[in-house]
Amino acid sequence: MLVAKSKGMWYTAYIMKAVVSVIGIDRTGIIAAVSGKLAEWQINIEDISQTIMQNNFVMIMLVDTSSSALELDKIGAMLQASVEHLGVTVHVQHEDLFNAMQRV
Amino acid sequence: MFTNNEIIETIDMLDNRHLDVRTVTLSLSLVDCIDSSVGKCCDKVYEKITRVCKRLVPVCESLSKRFGVEIVNKRIAVTPISIIGASCGGYTELCKTLDRAGRELGVDFIGGYSALVHKSATAAENAFLDTLPQALSETEIVCGSVNVASSKTGINLDAVGKLGRVIKDLAYRTRDINSFGCGKLVVFCNAVDDNPFMAGAFTGISEGDCSVNVGVSGPGVVEYEINKHPDYDITSVCELIKRTAFKITRLGQLIGSAAAKELGLPCGIVDLSLAPTPAVGDSVARVLESIGLSRVGSCGTTAALALLNDAVKKGGVMAANRVGGLSGAFIPVSEDAGMIDAVRAGALNIEKLEAMTAVCSVGLDMIAVPGDTSAAVISAMIADECAIGMINNKTTAVRIVPVYGKTVGDEVDFGGLFGTAPIMAVNGGDPSAFIARGGVVPPPIHANKN
Repeated sequence: MLVAKSKGMWYTAYIMKAVVSVIGIDRTGIIAAVSGKLAEWQINIEDISQTIMQNNFVMIMLVDTSSSALELDKIGAMLQASVEHLGVTVHVQHEDLFNAMQRV
Repeated sequence: MFTNNEIIETIDMLDNRHLDVRTVTLSLSLVDCIDSSVGKCCDKVYEKITRVCKRLVPVCESLSKRFGVEIVNKRIAVTPISIIGASCGGYTELCKTLDRAGRELGVDFIGGYSALVHKSATAAENAFLDTLPQALSETEIVCGSVNVASSKTGINLDAVGKLGRVIKDLAYRTRDINSFGCGKLVVFCNAVDDNPFMAGAFTGISEGDCSVNVGVSGPGVVEYEINKHPDYDITSVCELIKRTAFKITRLGQLIGSAAAKELGLPCGIVDLSLAPTPAVGDSVARVLESIGLSRVGSCGTTAALALLNDAVKKGGVMAANRVGGLSGAFIPVSEDAGMIDAVRAGALNIEKLEAMTAVCSVGLDMIAVPGDTSAAVISAMIADECAIGMINNKTTAVRIVPVYGKTVGDEVDFGGLFGTAPIMAVNGGDPSAFIARGGVVPPPIHANKN
């Protein structure tokens, strides 16, 4: 939750942040495919990192979905479907999951 | 931002280690539905359940996608029907109403066909107990429970005797489905008011109008973590279990809070549980084996289970806003691949399971015994478990299936989450004269604390 000031009044604005993780075999075009779709859906990438872990390509993004018309519940399945041909597994999960499990 | 390792670990737990939310259980009071007319009472019950719980399943499905977390069961727990139906007497009609309402909403189970007779039973409650075989054999998703003992009141041996006969009758009536009706009935000592787990979930009379209770599961995660550290001493193993239980419970709290918020209902308790399924990698028995036993059931099993149970609670308590339910490791036999293997190999018997129930969450759970086991023997098994619970101030339970027409050496498949059960041998001897005495076993001296 973000507290914002507008026209002299304080408002609470909900920001919907999600973690996008992409795991699979490295090949060209993965980042382009994922970020292209996110841009198309008005989802802003706030942070991005990419690494190779145990021979797997791992890309993790923190994204803000509050400007998108799509509900977070649906984005995961849609993104997975659109990058299926690249042979990668995609998860889109609300950041609260990671806050709950990885932070005291 | 989180580290890559934190994110990958979380996803690995959810995708590969069977970490899930076992149940979101909506606890609902039906006290305001009491009516002297059977028809009106049933109508009020149906209307209230379908109105308050209408969005339970869709909300859970939406949360499941939002967090990428499987919510295995959606359930409803209601006020014991022995109380709601006492005025009108239409217990089986109410049971069928619960079944219809639950199936209409798409929930997996609806619990609360229950009675609390741990000190004594009223005439209405005795009439209710007599309806259990018919009601549970003629419905699909209704679960029943009876609290027959407590540390404060002692053991109601009359009710214990009656329940033995009820279980035998229920086994016979559901003989076409391997007597599975008995899997929907649990007999308790020290039953709790806010248990989200079936078959024993009901909304206790101390509860409010409604709340959202959650039960988590994750033995696969605990087993995986312990297996990574064969060099740890037992103190470090306990610490590792606590840290893992913290994460598992936090997931339950997250889902419980989110579900309560979306449903506009109060958030209830998190049950700090390790609940297995028959799937490979989702077994409490395997956790015990990862601590260092070649097979569950061997000497050392009770000690390993005691430390596991305690560490799960210690890790979970800090992760949950409110703790409740049964909270501890479950040891159902048919629902746990490791337990099934141990019984098949002859390593695990009922006597060892009984010892294990003294240090963990519940009791003799989902155990199949020969169909010719007498009602008195079943009652005596219940009495033994009640004694353990009563003396040790803990919840114990018996959910036992005397499978009609089967004997030791046979195996029955209950399907789905209920798994496979090898028929287990029961000790010989005849306790029928003990059970036939009836009356009440007085509570232990430490019940008199005032």
